[in-house]
Amino acid sequence: MKAGLKRSNAPIFWSLFGAGGMFSALFGPVLVFITGIAVPLSLMLPSETMSYPKMLAFAQNFIGKGFILAVISLFLWFAAHRIFHSLHEIGIHAGLGAKLICYGSAFVATVVSAVVLLGLGF
Amino acid sequence: MPDSQRIIEIEVLRYNPESDKEPHLEVYKVPFSDDMSVLQGAQYIKDHFDGSLTFRWSCRMAICGSCGMMINGIPKLSCETFLRDYFPNRIRIEAMANFPIEKDLVVDLSGFIEKLESIQPYIIPREPRSLDQGEYIQSPEQFNAYIQFTSCINCTLCYAACPQFGLNPDFIGPAAIALLHRYNMDSRDGAAAERMELVAAEEGVFNCSAVGYCSEVCPKHVDPANAVNINKTNAAKDYFLRFLSPKGGSK
Repeated sequence: MKAGLKRSNAPIFWSLFGAGGMFSALFGPVLVFITGIAVPLSLMLPSETMSYPKMLAFAQNFIGKGFILAVISLFLWFAAHRIFHSLHEIGIHAGLGAKLICYGSAFVATVVSAVVLLGLGF
Repeated sequence: MPDSQRIIEIEVLRYNPESDKEPHLEVYKVPFSDDMSVLQGAQYIKDHFDGSLTFRWSCRMAICGSCGMMINGIPKLSCETFLRDYFPNRIRIEAMANFPIEKDLVVDLSGFIEKLESIQPYIIPREPRSLDQGEYIQSPEQFNAYIQFTSCINCTLCYAACPQFGLNPDFIGPAAIALLHRYNMDSRDGAAAERMELVAAEEGVFNCSAVGYCSEVCPKHVDPANAVNINKTNAAKDYFLRFLSPKGGSK
């Protein structure tokens, strides 16, 4: 075995990436359909489906909060990881700066959405 | 006898470390027959045009793994690639990508050999076993768990295919990880935890971004991408669960 091996911290980011990838594959398309097509065009769903009181109630529900946080945060962790590695793959040797921007924005957005969601009360 | 001999143009990446600053291409017009491989084309050049052309080969039947090269930019074994499939176009042969060139089509594989050694590519028994305990019994299921990963011939085409190895030569890489997985999956072996140190290291599996080209170019139908990605899951488990494990996982 080689000497001086350093354990990689990648599992943290890779797990968030994996979870986000799975989550976005499962919910992404249907969310685009509901929020972008079905509700605005009143197609299959009544137009008041996403009215303010309904969405507020959703965001005040414990499970609803979890879902919204997961959609925002996991999608972003997924995107951050993918963008960071795509930079690497097209030959841009992205350093600490790119890492901070990619993962940092996902982290900041996670914290901000958690604070806002908690601030909406239960 | 055909009335006219067919001739294919072979463009070869030449590099002589003693006189050349950098590699350059040279074109040779090679008469060929339907049964001639690209390797035989290179041999024709060496025999008839330039005896200094340097390349590795041995078995001529896709089992020794010596004659890998870039053929029109794709990593292939030159012994099982045929000139007829490229005629009448020109064919370009180059040293395998991502490796330092020693001379012409010969690359320096010492880094790969070191990696191969580092994965401990041999069975490390779970517990000491004496001769009178007899042979190991392995079920077809246990055998199937690792058998495909034993087919690797160390041709390193997967390294020439791997964009991540190209960017970071310290990456243990597809073939070595496939072989590591082969021993981990063997019911006679008990060193998966030891090998985890390497799998989970910065040189380990997380360099892979799941491109999958390694498995595509493999001439022996090994699936190194699968081995690498299974070990990402293993390494992630080891990362998060090591504090719960009585031995503390690998360092």
